[in-house]
Amino acid sequence: MPQETNAFFVAISLLLSGDAALMSIVALSLKVSLVAVLVAAVLGFPLGAAVALWRFPGRGVVVVTLNALMGLPPVVAGLCVYLLLSRAGPLGEWGLLFTPAAMVIAQVVLVLPILAALSRQKVEELLGEYREQLVSLGMSRLRMMPTLLWDARFALLTVLLAGFGRASAEVGAVMMVGGNIDGVTRVMTSAIVLETSKGNLPLALGLGMVLLTLVMLINAAAYVIGEMARRRMG
Amino acid sequence: MKSTITLAFAGIMTVGWASQAHSEDYITLASTTSTENSGLFDAIVPLFEQATGIEVRVVAVGTGQAFEIARRGDADSLLVHDTAGEKTFVENGYATERADVMVNDFVLIGPASDPAGIADAQNAAEAFADIAEVEAPFTSRGDDSGTHRAELRLWDEASVTPEGDWYRELGSGMGPTLNTAAAMGAYVMSDRATWVAFENPQHLTLLFEGDDVLFNQYGSLLLSKARYPHLKRDLAEQWHQWLLSDEGQQAIAAFEVEGQPLFFPNAQ
Amino acid sequence: MTSLSMPDAHTIPDIPVFSGPVACLTFEAVSFAHQGKTLFGPCSFTLAGPGPTLVMGPNGAGKSLLLRLAHGLLSPTQGGVSWSSARPRQAMVFQQPVLLRRSALSNLTHALAVNKTPRKARKPLAEKALARFGLAACTDTSARVLSGGEQQRLALARAWVLEPEVLFLDEPTSALDPAAIKAVEAAVHAFQRQGTRVVMTTHDVHQAKRLAGDVLFLAGGHVREHTLADTFFTAPASKAAQAFLAGELIE
Repeated sequence: MPQETNAFFVAISLLLSGDAALMSIVALSLKVSLVAVLVAAVLGFPLGAAVALWRFPGRGVVVVTLNALMGLPPVVAGLCVYLLLSRAGPLGEWGLLFTPAAMVIAQVVLVLPILAALSRQKVEELLGEYREQLVSLGMSRLRMMPTLLWDARFALLTVLLAGFGRASAEVGAVMMVGGNIDGVTRVMTSAIVLETSKGNLPLALGLGMVLLTLVMLINAAAYVIGEMARRRMG
Repeated sequence: MKSTITLAFAGIMTVGWASQAHSEDYITLASTTSTENSGLFDAIVPLFEQATGIEVRVVAVGTGQAFEIARRGDADSLLVHDTAGEKTFVENGYATERADVMVNDFVLIGPASDPAGIADAQNAAEAFADIAEVEAPFTSRGDDSGTHRAELRLWDEASVTPEGDWYRELGSGMGPTLNTAAAMGAYVMSDRATWVAFENPQHLTLLFEGDDVLFNQYGSLLLSKARYPHLKRDLAEQWHQWLLSDEGQQAIAAFEVEGQPLFFPNAQ
Repeated sequence: MTSLSMPDAHTIPDIPVFSGPVACLTFEAVSFAHQGKTLFGPCSFTLAGPGPTLVMGPNGAGKSLLLRLAHGLLSPTQGGVSWSSARPRQAMVFQQPVLLRRSALSNLTHALAVNKTPRKARKPLAEKALARFGLAACTDTSARVLSGGEQQRLALARAWVLEPEVLFLDEPTSALDPAAIKAVEAAVHAFQRQGTRVVMTTHDVHQAKRLAGDVLFLAGGHVREHTLADTFFTAPASKAAQAFLAGELIE
């Protein structure tokens, strides 16, 4: 297949050219996904810890729901956020549709269940080890939340990466609420869809390689940081 | 908890505002994939932006979805190709003004071997009937787009109800449909613009063109200010008028792909 | 400041002379059942003497349950646990020390923060306690990479900074080497000297002889004897205790 061979050179020349349009697409991809993961973490980690700590009626339903929502199809998330942010929708007055903010919101919806469900699991594991000591120290459940989240930080770093992976890889949601507007809301994945639909498969594949390279670099950085800290902290 | 939500919201707003900061003067244009994928907007929008300082943000979707976006008040302007649908849109009060902007045409694409022999057809209806007769594979957009609506009208004209294993409704845009047709060796109806700009034809080739019924009119619509008071009506009006102006019409005529003009301006 | 890892640590001069713990602990017909099976009691006793109280008995006698019921980690199924005054400040040191995944210093400042010690006072108090327990060199070391003996000393230091009125120790030396055991026993003396009521479980008769003021002897989930240490070790009343001290295998 000559086209695939081409794609490799396309990817390399794309990266080496420092093309301004490509750079802005890459920058937007990173910005949207990183902010989405950050926002989802601020909301999702305390939520996961709370579900791990408290026993309440319907807790099983919450756990199952969070686990199930990890598989929420991106287009469904996109459609819901679209209907919410559309001028005819309840939050239409904010005027956020077809902006990066809308893409962030859609990705938060996608990533939040992953961060909450996985952090619940990690915090619950740690709680099994810590519970007696923390109760002995006289800590309330609320007070245990920051302690457990901080002590689970290495596990949560991996959870963050899983969330970032989902955010940066999805296209259905960002296409729908972002509109794939050139220079405004076009990200790596929606650019790949566009080039594919133009039949420009080498460029599409080249962009895919660039995206993969970026995701790998971020994962490698997180891995190195995590390993260094783990070795120091035991 | 309240403070974390506030923080989260602040984060979202920062991104939103940062992205809008570089230009307050912009309009959102809902249009079709054929105009975007062919590269027309890349050629003409910068000229408009230079002339007026107004940025045009193009959301390229199927005609059906473009109507829906506009109906919900999410676009300032509309440029689509379904004259009947556009007129209904105006009659229903969503838009106040509609004007012809340009035409391109549909072409019939198929495998170079042409098993249905449509290259020799006298007119489009005959070509469609030929395909149905030998039940040669045909890929249809199936997405309620302007192209899909036009295709259905042509089957009707050929007195054929397209159904059966040979007729594949894909529910996809023009590009993905061409990709699928190329992989299947199927017939497909495409707008000329997307076809000429398409870079993955494999064994597909242009087999039939030129019938008047394949004529594809694009129209620009201005949305109702009464119904959508939040829209940037003034800016959208400038875009609408520019498309119809000599300058806009010349820009459309000058756009070529591989030495071929793809759109022919025909504003009144 | 002398460190506890040194041989004569329990004669540290700056500890005030023992005046006797104030908090008396009373078990009133306390029993604990799990999934319908009674694992402990019903038992009644009062810890009012100077202590330290050593809780002894064979494996499965309910020693750990007694400590957890007394400390409030478990609630009795029936009966009540009460204190002579309002609930006193308490701390507990476990057989396997549970240390946070942070530096030794942070483990102590965290406990102080939970205890609502003013922020500025935390670090000096923590550093002082680390020095007292011979851990000054490990201040910034992660608690999880310390040796077993160091970890247990850190757990004791954490209890120390909380200035507990009652300290529970659950088999604190069972996984340690002799030097580390010595440090823990010195710490027990130190707590005792500053007026903390110490309640500790052990299966080691010699350790009990070294430390005990009084002995609670358990077997089969019941308190069989509660006497002064001298009485217990020279003239145990129950057959179970006699057998236990003779080193026989009992149930």
